[in-house]
Amino acid sequence: MNEILQYTVQGLAAGSFYALAALGLAVIFGVLGVVNFAHGAVYMLGAVTAAVLLDTLGVNFWLALIVVPVLLFIFGVLLERVFISRLIALDPLYNFLLTFGLTLLLVDLVKRQYGVSGLPYTRPEMLSGQLQVGEIRLPTFQVFVLVFSVLVCLAVWLLLTRTKIGMIVRASTEKAELTRALGVDVNKWVTPVFGFGIALAGLAGVLAAPFRAITADMGSSFIIILFAVVVIGGLGSILGAVVAGFLVGLVEVFGQAYAPALSQIVIFILMALVILLRPAGLFGKEEHA
Amino acid sequence: MSTKRLVMTAAAAAGALTLSACGSGGPGGADGEFTDDKVVLAVLNDASGVYKDVSGPNSVKAVEMAVADFQEKYGDEAVVDTIEVTSADHQNKPDVANTQAQALYDREMADIILDVPTSSAALAVATQAAEKKKLYINISGGTTELTNAQCNKYTFHWAYDTYQLAQTTGTAVTEGGGTDWQIIYPDYAFGQDMNKNFTAAIEAAGGTVGGSIATPFPNDNFSTFLTRAAAEDPDIIGTMQAGGDLINLVKQYNEAGLKDQGIGLAVGLMFITDIHSLGVEEMEGVQFADAWYWNFDDENREWADRFMEETGVRPSFANAGNYSAAMNYLEAIQEEGTDDADTIVAHLEGKEIDDFFLRNGKVRAEDHRVIHDVYLAQVKAPGDVEEDWDYQEIIATIPAEDAFMPLEQSTCEMGD
Repeated sequence: MNEILQYTVQGLAAGSFYALAALGLAVIFGVLGVVNFAHGAVYMLGAVTAAVLLDTLGVNFWLALIVVPVLLFIFGVLLERVFISRLIALDPLYNFLLTFGLTLLLVDLVKRQYGVSGLPYTRPEMLSGQLQVGEIRLPTFQVFVLVFSVLVCLAVWLLLTRTKIGMIVRASTEKAELTRALGVDVNKWVTPVFGFGIALAGLAGVLAAPFRAITADMGSSFIIILFAVVVIGGLGSILGAVVAGFLVGLVEVFGQAYAPALSQIVIFILMALVILLRPAGLFGKEEHA
Repeated sequence: MSTKRLVMTAAAAAGALTLSACGSGGPGGADGEFTDDKVVLAVLNDASGVYKDVSGPNSVKAVEMAVADFQEKYGDEAVVDTIEVTSADHQNKPDVANTQAQALYDREMADIILDVPTSSAALAVATQAAEKKKLYINISGGTTELTNAQCNKYTFHWAYDTYQLAQTTGTAVTEGGGTDWQIIYPDYAFGQDMNKNFTAAIEAAGGTVGGSIATPFPNDNFSTFLTRAAAEDPDIIGTMQAGGDLINLVKQYNEAGLKDQGIGLAVGLMFITDIHSLGVEEMEGVQFADAWYWNFDDENREWADRFMEETGVRPSFANAGNYSAAMNYLEAIQEEGTDDADTIVAHLEGKEIDDFFLRNGKVRAEDHRVIHDVYLAQVKAPGDVEEDWDYQEIIATIPAEDAFMPLEQSTCEMGD
């Protein structure tokens, strides 16, 4: 019984991280209709930037949690203005190809600059060690990731559903013409939303730096899991991404515990089952399917 | 602009003509003993992927150093004037390695191919070497197949292999008191091979392997695998992961605080570049097998200093192994006065070599396994590191005869 409880807590910790990382992907698709294939590369860029900032300027983990997303927000805004905005009216395939090409470019640039073996990162002292509650032991850092991710997800959800800005953004995407007729400049909101989604991917990268290998390729297998998460949750659904993130984390951990060699396949079995039963994903709208 | 380019092309052509004239007419011209009146050494490895830092461009540099040293040593006495070094990227793919090896032997007239990390790629090159009857010295590929079922007359295995890794780390750690093991290995050819070899070595040394956990490859999240392994309360967790997966696992091992619980970590295959990229703090106390270490003694250090001047980094064992293999090949052609592959093979077979890389080295004639002393290393504590790259303490030297698969066990049938 303790064993199951231990794995459940570990699964929730892994899941919270997936939820946070997939959130930006869901926001960008939900609002812009762009499948951002570069999300994994941006996640990598977040971790690499955190490592470089720590190494060169002594920017610690806590400060990086703020600085890196801000930098990547600016990067996202530029990206949207220079490239994405020009393609948005065309077949979605163009943006898919653009972001795929961007991934290759970013990965190779990082490889060229920092090699392939990865960058070191010192875990903040405060988050080292373990917490023990009864029989359950969990690394302090995992507990931090769990709490932090849940708070960020909650904040994003509140921002989109409970604020005026969120309302305008949602209205702009769902009924663009009507919103425009009401005097709202729809296009004005597209750019910051894209930047925001990119910043969230970067934030996940900073969070990963202390417990994952910081290499140019770290995003390439990760993006596949993230796509599984957003497909299970329903493309573009914020709530879906969060719920599916936790689900995938739990499935992965129990898979690792009881069928280790299959632990990555079980995620895709879950995805296949969900698509069979609900083609648009758990919280997806049919038109997106 | 076009005039300038024309002049440059003409100048380059004239230069090439002059050089080739020198090559054929020089003192070492040795009428017909050398194909094309030159010797070409080709380094085939990973120039852009996961093994780039381990061997890659720096191994090409090491081979160039060997050529320069050889030319300086013999000067006008060298049997051949023109020695070229060429290189190619096999992207760790056996099909690409296969094509590249053919191109190097046939089009670039390579007399020897060196290096080739990634076992499947190494085996592809060995097949080509046998077919073309040209030399191949493997340095950074790990599979024992090269000197077992798939051995051939033209292939030599210079630095290390999976048996030797298991023999070194598995045996030495078990004999050092870490008797109860859990093994975590990636579920593909290399990992399965390592799991089998380690289990055999540990059991032969009187230890037990309580469990072997196969993990997907590649994989980012090892927390649950570590929890499962730790639940059995072993002395040692042995990981066979490499590269990025290894770094993920080590970070998560530290995060889980297993070291504080008294569970040690032994690594199947690790390179100094892994320690460098992860940092000594994360790796402190980890034990692993090393074929060669730059700061082992003055002789190694002297070469490592020269290497650092050339590259800006300290050499991995693969870099040093490439230099050693290239230098011994060049010495062989110097002594024999030819680059004829059969003559060089005969020269190398059974040869005893003692250079800065091969200590108590011997080229076994029967299976072309090059045996030499190897080491059990331990990553130093951060406080003990005296300079950059000074990461390892050598805690045991395993004699050549004990480190590698005994000849009786080899399934190699050399033939002709």
